[in-house]
Amino acid sequence: MADDTQGIRIEGLRKRYGSGDTAVDALKGVDMAVAPGEVVGLVGPSGSGKSTLLKCLGAVIEPTGGRMILGDHPIYDDGWRIRDLRALRRDKIGFVFQAPYLIPFLDVTDNVALLPMLAGRPNGESRERARELLAALDVEHRARAMPSQLSGGEQQRVAIARALVNRPPVILADEPTAPLDSERALGVIRILNRMARQYRTAVIVVTHDEKIIPTFRRIYHIRDGRTHEEAGEGRALD
Amino acid sequence: MISLAGRDILHAWGKFVFTGVGLGLLIGVTLSMAGIYRGMVDDAEVLLDNSGADLWAVQKDTLGPYAEPSTLADDLYRGILTLPGVARAANVTYLTMQVRPVAPNQAASNQTSDPAGDEAARERRAMIVGVVPGGFGEPGQPPFLVAGRHLTRGHYEAVADVTTGFRLGEQVRIRRNLYTIVGLTRRAVSSGGDPMVYIPLKDAQEAQFLKDNDAIIAQRRRTAANPVFNRPGQPEVLDAVLAAQTQSSSVNAILVRLEPGADADEVAADIRRWKHLTVYTRAEMNEILQAKLIATSARQIFMFLVILSVVSAAIVAFIIYTLTLGKIREIAVLKLIGTRNRTIAGMILQQAVGLGVIGFVVGKTVATLWAPIFPKYVLLLPGDAARGFLVVVIICVLASLVAIRAALRVDPAEAIGG
Ligand SMILES: Nc1ncnc2c1ncn2[C@@H]1O[C@H](COP(=O)(O)OP(=O)(O)OP(=O)(O)O)[C@@H](O)[C@H]1O
Ligand SMILES: [Mg+2]
Repeated sequence: MADDTQGIRIEGLRKRYGSGDTAVDALKGVDMAVAPGEVVGLVGPSGSGKSTLLKCLGAVIEPTGGRMILGDHPIYDDGWRIRDLRALRRDKIGFVFQAPYLIPFLDVTDNVALLPMLAGRPNGESRERARELLAALDVEHRARAMPSQLSGGEQQRVAIARALVNRPPVILADEPTAPLDSERALGVIRILNRMARQYRTAVIVVTHDEKIIPTFRRIYHIRDGRTHEEAGEGRALD
Repeated sequence: MISLAGRDILHAWGKFVFTGVGLGLLIGVTLSMAGIYRGMVDDAEVLLDNSGADLWAVQKDTLGPYAEPSTLADDLYRGILTLPGVARAANVTYLTMQVRPVAPNQAASNQTSDPAGDEAARERRAMIVGVVPGGFGEPGQPPFLVAGRHLTRGHYEAVADVTTGFRLGEQVRIRRNLYTIVGLTRRAVSSGGDPMVYIPLKDAQEAQFLKDNDAIIAQRRRTAANPVFNRPGQPEVLDAVLAAQTQSSSVNAILVRLEPGADADEVAADIRRWKHLTVYTRAEMNEILQAKLIATSARQIFMFLVILSVVSAAIVAFIIYTLTLGKIREIAVLKLIGTRNRTIAGMILQQAVGLGVIGFVVGKTVATLWAPIFPKYVLLLPGDAARGFLVVVIICVLASLVAIRAALRVDPAEAIGG
């Protein structure tokens, strides 16, 4: 993944919702850079633009201006964008949500193996890869269970496995620890750090969670549509 | 590849099976309606087949014995027999009426007493066919027997279709007379689906044109009072006139069988020209039955088919739409992680078609199971089933479009939330 060694970078990213009198400038020029293997925090008060930024990074909504570069591929460049955002999401970005949002009618293995299977990979190979990830995340023993039979922490780990299955250079996590107690919340962060190192993934974690904020080495504060960077405590996890 | 639709159906199989069974009953009713129509058409065909006739000679300017009253003299058939190309010609009468089995003790007294419950329950509406006894093989006769023998005596014998429920040796009452069932036949039905009961022609004529006793007495008195008929010293004149008045010499149709190679239209034209009768060929008779007798029922059934199709479509659309709305979150996630729209649309489409297939299998099964219970003939044709299946699939595809539209409008950003 030589082309992804630079991780993800955004420069002067702007997003305006609506137009005219009712226009809202949710992002007013955001700069951010996350290296492969790094886990950064993104914090800010309500309405500051966290979700908006995450959606832009996740190629779900298009920014109004600014640049975003993944590895050395430009994704957005002042109004220009690559054509297939859907394929970009599928191949380059992993998503972890506050709720795990697993597909209820697929078992754990197939939830993880779904993306490669839909992309036309042989089922056996896809499931093999899923099982590797489940093993790395310590939920291998639940591989045949349905999502509704898992605990919240197990579901979140399965969701992380799903986000990792295509070996994306970027993982975006939106409040991934909100429903978990501090023990499990730290467990999830530990896993994200380990996976980031192991798979050279850039991880951005949006959070309010006081329990996990001290674990980041770098934190982006967002306020009123602008970010500024801060060094975190980088508390040891292991 | 992985079938999302299949996995969802397996996961929520209860919902699918219940909905499928409900839809299936509806489809079963639809197939039965089509079967009832086919049964009517087939009954008409069988009626014509069983008559064994190539031509029907009927009262001038009438539509013939099945569609309109038709009366003609019972000696006309002799003249028709002499025409070239005619192999056989036979008188026949048709009359639809109630036929009731009679308990043996009642039969002995030959009295119309209060009907015992059992006999009343087994009373049947039947088409009474008057045929010449001993004429097996003549047009109009029962085509084959499943039990017993053909009519041989001139009076008081009957051959009944098995669906009447009458038994061999049993006595049945038709108007004032009792008849013994001597034979049973099968698939002898009128165009209205009533089973046939064959009786000797003379009895049938009497049953059809019989006046009640008071009317006969009154007529006798009138005739006797007329000095032209009641001449002193010539009592045999009055007797002859009275006999002529009470005896019936009318029939409803003459069934004609052609010689091999004879041209039906030519012979029909001959009969029209020489006998002043209206004559129908097999094709024309079929047309009369289809167009005049069955057409209204067919339109009625077609209306039902349309309504049932619309109701089925609405049910499938509603169920698939509801199932899809229940999966909006999952669909948003699928889209966010990069699933193609095509995959999502395919999932919904497959589920709709899956529901249709379950429904069709259930429908075909129940239609087959309950067909024999229907009082009239239900004919389930494989071709109708195939067409029905096609319509079900098309309906399901159309019904899934609403749900697909809803699913494609789901914004992947919804998965991230605010
Ligand atoms: N679809 C939209 N249309 C118009 N304005 C929007 C839209 N989405 C967000 N906004 C506005 O953009 C600003 C940033 O919203 P955003 O959802 O990014 O905040 P947030 O940091 O995620 O807040 P919270 O922590 O409450 O989730 C807010 O003022 C919000 O009202
Ligand atoms: Mg938010």
